[in-house]
Amino acid sequence: MTVPIFEARDVTYSYREVTALDGLNLTIMPGQRIVLLGANGSGKSTLLSMLDGLCFPEKGSVAFQGEPLAEDRLIGEVEFAFRRRVALVFQNPDVQLFNPTVFDEVAFGPLQLHWPKEQVRLRVTEILEQMEIGHLKDRSPHHLSTGEKKRVALASVLILDPEVLLLDEPTAALDPKSESQMIDFLVSCSGGRKTVVTATHDLDLVEDIADYCHIFRRGRIVAAGTPTEILNDHALLLNTNLVHAHRHAHAPGELHSHPHRHGHRH
Amino acid sequence: MTRAGKNSRGVVERSLASFVDALEHAFYAEELAKKNGLLQKLDPRVKIVAILPLIVIAALARRLWVIAVLFALAVAIALLSSVPLGTLARRVWLGVLTFTGFISFPALFLTPGPAISSLPLLGWTVTAQGLRAAIYLIMRAETAATFSVLLVLCTPWSNVLKALRVLRLPVVLVVVLGMTYRYIFLLLRNAHDMFTSRKSRIVGRLDGPEQRRAATASVGVLMSKTIQLSGDVYLAMRSRGFQGEVYVLDEFRTNWFDWAMLALFITVAFLAFWFGR
Repeated sequence: MTVPIFEARDVTYSYREVTALDGLNLTIMPGQRIVLLGANGSGKSTLLSMLDGLCFPEKGSVAFQGEPLAEDRLIGEVEFAFRRRVALVFQNPDVQLFNPTVFDEVAFGPLQLHWPKEQVRLRVTEILEQMEIGHLKDRSPHHLSTGEKKRVALASVLILDPEVLLLDEPTAALDPKSESQMIDFLVSCSGGRKTVVTATHDLDLVEDIADYCHIFRRGRIVAAGTPTEILNDHALLLNTNLVHAHRHAHAPGELHSHPHRHGHRH
Repeated sequence: MTRAGKNSRGVVERSLASFVDALEHAFYAEELAKKNGLLQKLDPRVKIVAILPLIVIAALARRLWVIAVLFALAVAIALLSSVPLGTLARRVWLGVLTFTGFISFPALFLTPGPAISSLPLLGWTVTAQGLRAAIYLIMRAETAATFSVLLVLCTPWSNVLKALRVLRLPVVLVVVLGMTYRYIFLLLRNAHDMFTSRKSRIVGRLDGPEQRRAATASVGVLMSKTIQLSGDVYLAMRSRGFQGEVYVLDEFRTNWFDWAMLALFITVAFLAFWFGR
């Protein structure tokens, strides 16, 4: 029987008086591409931090491959082993890019995990070329565009070749070209090679990058299903603030509003 | 980003102008460090080992002509490294002259010795020894500061920090200073955006107390954002394996040119020390 890669049971977490996760239950199997859908403030980022072992539940438990993910267990070699296998790409790339140059940034993870320096040099060069950011090697983060920062942030975790990728709003604030490159990468993760958990409120991504979706509302999962099931449930999407009604025109002179989402054509 | 108008006054406008100035200075330094000049071609570690002795000797030499030769050498290195003399004048010479001139001013009159001149109106007597002491102080400061600024202008700051490891600077200090440099730009940009948004909502001028309240509130908000950012950055570091020890990687490689220039600089330093003692 396959052990779930992550299992969260009755997880509760609060930021002072604000409840971020409220009795949440979730199971993620190896190789799945999961999308966590929800409006801003619904608890998606908090859950990702918890899955990355950066914060721990006040009540309930989170397990990684059957082992409890607890603060007193995630130390020393156990933590090293976990960090090699699970990687988080933060929503704000300025948080993740804390080194003076792109090269230093991508090399940071392997150096902390005690890779030999020569191996780090070679692998950094390889990953920069694969991500088509080799020309940014000596640039400082404040000289990068948002799209470039996101690609460097992604490179800085992919260099470790983690089994699990946690992505927090990976396409937020990206121009169309950068967004399409990011989506291409997420699509390439299909086939069970990696477990990918993506937090987003952008419904346009879901069909391309997800095998399964969980809908968040006020710290709880209120629905789950395949992308087709979720996207066809308009009442659910409206209720969870994932679609909206605004005035738009179907034809010149015909202005009206109804809940809808913007999609794409083939 | 735009600079505030020439005739603008008030803490908001002055702050905006200073943020833009700081960023422009930093970007200009980064552009200079990328040029194909003499110092830019050298390994950063060689630059540190070559220039630091010259700074020390310039500060300690007892012969004015030795200090003058070192200053001329610094100017020559600047020209060979594509550093405009106007940049050095604005960034180093004028400031150092003002500061050390102010410090050495009393020495002109208080140092005992034969009088060579006196100030009109005040009648204060300038002594030969006082003038000599002032010239020594100013020349030493100008020369040492010129070498220091050349080192920084012709080397990316992250490489300066890594190269200081050759002097056994602790790795943690290299990393902390590197992160400080990295995030100064982000905080400057945040501050600029805050002040720009404030300016866009102000009609007329703020009086003194209102300006101080605005400045204090802005400092408080920036401090709050900085604390939040530092917590998030720590989590990002933990996420990638940081457990308290940091490790850095440098890409420095020396070649025959580095060793030849190092030998030349060491020879000049020795000669300056010998003739300046």
